[in-house]
Amino acid sequence: MMLFNLIYRSLRQHALSTVVTAASIALAAGLLLTVWVVKTQSQAVFAATNSGFDAVLGARGSKLQLVLNAIFHLEASPGNLAAAEVEAIRRHPAVRTAIPIAVGDNHQGWRIVGTPPSFFAVEYLPGKKYAVAASGKLFTAGTREAVVGAFAARRLGWKVGDTFQPYHGLAYDPRAKHEEVYTVVGLLEPTGTPVDRVVWIPLEGVQTMGGHDPRTASDVSAVLIQLRAPAAGLMLDMMINKQGNKLTFAYPIGAIVADLFNKISWADRVLTLIAWLVAAVAAGSVLVSIYNSMSARARDIAILRALGARRRTVFGAVVGEAAAIGLLGSAAGFAVFAGLAGFVASLIRAQTGVVLEPLQWNPVFWWGPVVFTGLAVLGGLVPAWKAYRVPVAETIAPVS
Amino acid sequence: MPLLEITNLTKTYARPGGGMHRVLEVKAFTLEAGAQLALRGESGTGKTTFLNLIAGILAPDSGGIVLDGQDLARLGEAGRDRLRAETIGYIFQTFNLLQGHNALENVEFGMAFGRGVDRAHAESLLQRVGLGDKLGHFPRQLSTGQQQRVAVARALANRPQLVLADEPTGNLDRRHGRESLELIREVCRESGAALLLVSHDERVLAAFEHMQDFSAMNRAIATQ
Repeated sequence: MMLFNLIYRSLRQHALSTVVTAASIALAAGLLLTVWVVKTQSQAVFAATNSGFDAVLGARGSKLQLVLNAIFHLEASPGNLAAAEVEAIRRHPAVRTAIPIAVGDNHQGWRIVGTPPSFFAVEYLPGKKYAVAASGKLFTAGTREAVVGAFAARRLGWKVGDTFQPYHGLAYDPRAKHEEVYTVVGLLEPTGTPVDRVVWIPLEGVQTMGGHDPRTASDVSAVLIQLRAPAAGLMLDMMINKQGNKLTFAYPIGAIVADLFNKISWADRVLTLIAWLVAAVAAGSVLVSIYNSMSARARDIAILRALGARRRTVFGAVVGEAAAIGLLGSAAGFAVFAGLAGFVASLIRAQTGVVLEPLQWNPVFWWGPVVFTGLAVLGGLVPAWKAYRVPVAETIAPVS
Repeated sequence: MPLLEITNLTKTYARPGGGMHRVLEVKAFTLEAGAQLALRGESGTGKTTFLNLIAGILAPDSGGIVLDGQDLARLGEAGRDRLRAETIGYIFQTFNLLQGHNALENVEFGMAFGRGVDRAHAESLLQRVGLGDKLGHFPRQLSTGQQQRVAVARALANRPQLVLADEPTGNLDRRHGRESLELIREVCRESGAALLLVSHDERVLAAFEHMQDFSAMNRAIATQ
């Protein structure tokens, strides 16, 4: 109890340096927690994001580009598929569902994707189907109706009955406005997937939009595929990717996304390294802050020793003080993390539609504070050793 | 059997420029339980070293210090720390109060490393030395005389058998010095603790029934 009292009193007596040092640890802990949580969660969430499909069929090109375009609604389409190719894959016995999509237009940067209404009948996550908010409905094929993803609708401020005109291309160019006017007939409930960022219109709308090449009016950008059995994916992969040379079959989607993360893992490593460097600096700040105060504290330590405190007691008090600063900093680090990770998560959602939940349990929530407290304790060892060696008689002089 | 028995005690310090300097050589010294004894000696005669050796703050080069039946020379540092925490109260010339702690906490530190904190006892001691209304005052908020009283209360906090006082009135004016000395002697008497006081102040020494000349007792000084 006395040890805790000593630690508490010392923290109180050196309140300013305690706060500053704990704040530096809080920043380091917040940064590390954010990097770690965003890294692990985004890998898991992105790899699990497939909008309910097993594979994507597209023009010959990069599988990653195909998946980014068709599932994440990022990147440009690698090319078009002819209607006959769509029909061929639809009729393949290994394919349970084949839903075409067409891209190429936007509204103020929000991507417009054409698809048949059957797209919304697919479970985007096991047991979860798309739902249209009350007072709305799904669009009807062949009409100039639109259903808008929840995030896009909120950002655009749209409601049912609003109208808009698409712009040509994937990037917003005010001069490239199409003549067609679409009416919003439904707003999708949030799904936490890239679907939330898209303005959905009937497939034919994109295919026959004024200004588009009439010769490609029946082409699509990609076909989203559900397989009857996983083994069929390998068979189609062999057939389309290895034996054919016209199309690309991206399967399995999760592995392709994971491959993306592998390719950019150096960025993770750099961020993690920076976080650890900040942590090392924070541990150094514990050392410096306590060490610098040791000269002023030497007399108090000598008095305590003269009153019967053992060397290990004063050593423990200094180490305990460092640990307390580490714990305080770690606790405050969670606040930094909550703010920082919340910001990063909102950024990722705005850019990809993928929803991260940074506050969901992650093992770093226990080992992070343990590591930071441990680093603070390491930083406290040097001043604690100095306290351990304080010469009592000389320090409490005068001598008579 | 005396409370404190010292035989052939020596202590040597290393000189800053090299070589050794013997500062203490006491052949024999005893103090009975509950007794009050003053040691006279000028500055630099090794009085503080003598008290620090008895308190176990310093270890002797040779000789025996038997306190309450325990030979300090045979105890390790941790053992001496424990004995000091449980058996000895120490009043310093400069009081040595912990500036970041209030009066009550300072007194509690006097018992913290021994048998544990007894807040009621700490409060009663401060009441006894006339500071019952200043428990929460920090040393800087107290007069010099009041700080000395806190130091006296702290020395008695662990219910010691021996109180060591090193020039306890050296920083006080004549009136406060006299009052403080009376207080120290009274509270030691009340608690049954023996008192060993060192001073060079004849007025202080004159107040004691029993007094010894430390300069003569310390052969390292006497033979120089």
